[in-house]
Amino acid sequence: MSAIVQPQPGSRRNKLIGLGVAVVLLGLFIYSVQDWHQLWKIVSAPDNVPIVAMLFLVPFFTWLGIRQAVVNDRLIGELESEPQLAKTHHRKAEPWRPGWARELHVWPYLVRIEFLAAVIVTVVLYVWSITLNAPLEEPSNPNLTMNPSKAPWYFLGLQEMLVYFDPWIAGVVMPSIIMIGLMVFPYVDSNPLGNGYYTIKQRRFAVAMFGWGFLMWILLIFIGTFIRGPGWIWFWPGQTWDHNTVVFDRNRDLHEIVAGIPGFGFLATNWIAKMIFGGIVVGTFYIVAGLFFHWLMKRGPFKFSYLKSPKKFLEWAKIPDSFETKLLANTSLLQYLTFQFFAISVLLALPVKLFLRLVFTIKYVWVTPWFNV
Amino acid sequence: MADSEQKETKQLTGEKTDVGLVERAKESAVALKDRALEEAKDYKDPQQTQVWKSIFRVSHERSDPRNRSLAVLSNVFLHLHPAKINRDAVRYQYTWGMGGITFYLFIVLTFTGVLLMFYYHPTKIQAFRDILYLEHDVPFGKLLRNMHRWAAHLMVITTWLHMFRVVLTGSYKKPREFNWCVGVVLLVLTLLLSFTGYLLPDDQLGFWAVTVGTNMARATPLLGNEGPFGAKLGLTPYNDVRFGLLGGSIVDANALLRAYIWHCIGIPLVASIFMAVHFWRIRKDGGISGPAPVMLESEMKVPKKK
Repeated sequence: MSAIVQPQPGSRRNKLIGLGVAVVLLGLFIYSVQDWHQLWKIVSAPDNVPIVAMLFLVPFFTWLGIRQAVVNDRLIGELESEPQLAKTHHRKAEPWRPGWARELHVWPYLVRIEFLAAVIVTVVLYVWSITLNAPLEEPSNPNLTMNPSKAPWYFLGLQEMLVYFDPWIAGVVMPSIIMIGLMVFPYVDSNPLGNGYYTIKQRRFAVAMFGWGFLMWILLIFIGTFIRGPGWIWFWPGQTWDHNTVVFDRNRDLHEIVAGIPGFGFLATNWIAKMIFGGIVVGTFYIVAGLFFHWLMKRGPFKFSYLKSPKKFLEWAKIPDSFETKLLANTSLLQYLTFQFFAISVLLALPVKLFLRLVFTIKYVWVTPWFNV
Repeated sequence: MADSEQKETKQLTGEKTDVGLVERAKESAVALKDRALEEAKDYKDPQQTQVWKSIFRVSHERSDPRNRSLAVLSNVFLHLHPAKINRDAVRYQYTWGMGGITFYLFIVLTFTGVLLMFYYHPTKIQAFRDILYLEHDVPFGKLLRNMHRWAAHLMVITTWLHMFRVVLTGSYKKPREFNWCVGVVLLVLTLLLSFTGYLLPDDQLGFWAVTVGTNMARATPLLGNEGPFGAKLGLTPYNDVRFGLLGGSIVDANALLRAYIWHCIGIPLVASIFMAVHFWRIRKDGGISGPAPVMLESEMKVPKKK
């Protein structure tokens, strides 16, 4: 396997640059920490251990997956360029020679691995359980509200969403859409390639979309765990969780801001106008976002060198990739529209609302007498 | 006339025999010993015994490929496996072993959970005390509770990583689409299992986490009293979906009992059924997905227009 992975020219320099950036970021972080005790209290809280572990596990397994994808992609490239080789090659990055059995007996080759895995997991659990105690706080007391009172770590993403959406969206509609979205994923992915092997080249868009969703989920949990303190107020990692902190946020609805523009004053008073305005904003968002995804799914591979030359970047942005266009042609209208709905509603609406709320302190974009978005 | 007949007559008549009683006993003891030794030779190989054969059926002489296959096929625990698999599928880096580990953790959780049930009463008066009792008095009680909790957290992590791997390898694609959906249901059940367990110690942590979590149910559109159109449909805090979940309008004794029953009986039962389907479908859909030979762009088939 290692024989196939050849270091690319310039990779050494890139690695050094990456290392340098990491060191500088780490230095800045250490410099900015005001309260190490607070940071340690959060990180070492027994129930936060899983999410701290996730911060290492997710990058590790992403790396493990991408590494195999890179090897496979190189093999695919070779086979695409040499049709003769493609006819005879066994088509895997794993070594194989004529005469070798293509299949192994489950007993003992798989069963012994399963046994070993069970033993290792058991040992890990024993060590974990001996060294770290499960949390137990005071007996439950409805008269003493915990501040912050947090859901278990795996639901903190949903709890964090409550900041950006009303409970009926964040707590009910969003989780349902995410689950249904996950279920329709195989049915809207019309790409027949990349079934049963790691690849990025052949499934750029699908992998990117799922990766983006997964990353967002982990990030929301990270914010909910490490950043939200008493009163669900934003505390940077290393800042003291001061229970007396008050934030003078002035959250406004979008129509209130627009009503400040001369000529749009009626938006502040007329509820029907408010409702229509919000509907138009959300509708426009769906159309623009749809166009964005339509544009994005036809892009070829992006190279960071494009950022240096505007000409190349424009070329990339303008000319659709032939392979991606072919994939799109394979997609039925129903598949396409279903994907668009879930992608816009979750993958884009969520970060956009997060951005509007955190940066522009906008509370709602669509206000109606029955529901607010 | 045979010798034996003569002996018999002598015995019957009480006539003195030429061989003594002790001698005869010795003789038969030797014969018995010889027989026992003879039979014990057969037990030297336990695999040839009737007991062994009745349990295992298959010879453990594994150099015979047929026996290797039968070892898997004739074992109820192993028969979920095929007899043979893709030679590259046993490489750890392909599957990461996450699906199997998730299932193993479910078994660990069932085992430790059953043991915990011996010491736990789902009532407001006893629940918290039971945890203290477990932690301080029950032998290995603390270890038991810790292990149950950490295995639960670990199971959430391994479920996510398993799904991540399935996406990266495109394993949800044809013909495994439906099994992916079953997997998503199992993800939800895993999270719900963990969440319902959170309340059971009846401490501040669990109480407020469940309060926050179930408060969201209030806002369910149409079904919650604070959700869009809920009040218009006549829903109040005493008849909406949250009331159904908690068995009351606040997190109290009924909520504890409901969480307990969902946690120990309801969800595990449903999850077991879905797991059975999940594993069954893996086999029916052709085993694990890979590592499969790579396909090329030039070989992509354009779907037929009907």
